[in-house]
Amino acid sequence: MAVIALNKDNFKAEVLQSDKPVLVDFWATWCGPCRMMAPVVESIAEEHPELKVCKVDVDENPELAQLFNVMSIPTLAAFKDGQLSGTAVGYQSKENVLKLFA
Amino acid sequence: MDIIIIGSGPAGISAALYAKRAGADVTVITRGSGALAKAEKIENYYGLAEPVTGAELEANGIAGAKRLGVEFVQGEVVGLSMNDDFTGLVVQTPEKSFEGKTVILAAGSTRLAPKIPGLKELEGKGVSYCAICDAFFYRGKTVAVLGEGEYALHEAEILQPHASKVMLFTNGKEPAVKIPDSIEVHREKVDAVESEAVNGMERVSGLRTENGASIPAEGLFVALGTAGSVDLARKIGAAVENNRIVVDADMTTNVPGLYAAGDCTGGLLQVVKAAYEGAVAGLAAAKYVRKQ
Repeated sequence: MAVIALNKDNFKAEVLQSDKPVLVDFWATWCGPCRMMAPVVESIAEEHPELKVCKVDVDENPELAQLFNVMSIPTLAAFKDGQLSGTAVGYQSKENVLKLFA
Repeated sequence: MDIIIIGSGPAGISAALYAKRAGADVTVITRGSGALAKAEKIENYYGLAEPVTGAELEANGIAGAKRLGVEFVQGEVVGLSMNDDFTGLVVQTPEKSFEGKTVILAAGSTRLAPKIPGLKELEGKGVSYCAICDAFFYRGKTVAVLGEGEYALHEAEILQPHASKVMLFTNGKEPAVKIPDSIEVHREKVDAVESEAVNGMERVSGLRTENGASIPAEGLFVALGTAGSVDLARKIGAAVENNRIVVDADMTTNVPGLYAAGDCTGGLLQVVKAAYEGAVAGLAAAKYVRKQ
C-alpha cells in the first residue's frame, strides 16, 4: 500500500477511525534523519498490509504536530483503535518501528 | 573532496592510509588528540618491542599519513548533513563547511549524557539532540541549550532566528568559547528538567538549577562538550543503538556514503580494533568513490 499523506481534513478518518493499526511518520523536508526514515516507512507500507502507514509534513500541518505534542522530528507514532499507543523519536530501523506495534 | 575523515586516532588514520593508497583524495578533520593520547603505555599492540605511549603512537600515525599525502585540517566538527541533491555529505566546522562524496566518522565514542532527571524521559517532548531538525517547533518560544563549547554555540545560533530567547546552560562549567551577548549564559548546575502536562501530554517547562531556581524554557537542546561521532550520526539519520553507530561488515551505515569506525561502533575499545575497522572503512569508501 502507498503511504498516505495526512492533513487536518483526512486525519480523523484515516487515523482515528481506522480499523487497522496506523503508523504515522511526522517529518519535514529540512530534516536529515527524516530523509533517511522515508524509505524505511515506505517499505513498511509495502510489506505490512495489516498496518496503515501515513505521514505528516509538519511544516504544512503544524496543527497536527501540536495535537500530538510532536516537538522533535522524525517522530514515529503508533495508533491502535484511534488511540496513540506509542512513539519513537529520531531515525529508527524497520525492526524498531515495528516494535511499536508488538 | 572524495573522502573526509572525522578524527585522527587509529581508526581515522588507518582509514586515511588505506583510502589514500587506494587512490582516493583524503582529508582528515581533527580537533586534536583523542582517547589514545591519554593512554600512558601501549604494550598489547602488534609489532612493539618496547611499550610506547599512546601520544607517541598517535603522533607516528599522523606523521605516516602526512608522508603519504593525506591532507589535515584542524577544526572541530559541529554539524553533518546531506547536500541538497543527496550526492554528497557536508561537514561543518565553526569556520567553514567541507563537502565530500563520502565521510568516515572516526571521532571516538562520546560519554553518555549526564544523569539529569528528566533529560532522558523528556526526549522528544522538549528535549532534543538536533537543533536543525527541531528549531521549527520553537518559533517565538524560549529555549535552552545544554553545553559549553563550539558545539553548543553552533546549536544556539541555529535556534536564534526561530526562538524568542536562547539561553546557554553550561552545567557548572566555564564557557569554552566566547558567547555573544544575545545568548543568556547560566553557569549554575542543572538539577532537573521540569515538565508540565498540556492537554494530558507531558512537555518540558523549564530547568531547575542547583540554587533552587526554576528557569522557564519550552525546549532543551543537548550539545555538551564536542560533537562526537554518535551526535553527528544522529543529526544525519544514521542508525544508533545503545550509543553506538550501527554498521555492517564494510563499516557502512544506513546513510549512503557514510561510514563509521573505531570506538564509536562499540565493542573492544582497542587500537587493534580501531585500526582494522578504519582499514575496512577506508577501502569501502574508496570503492564507493570509484563507483560514482
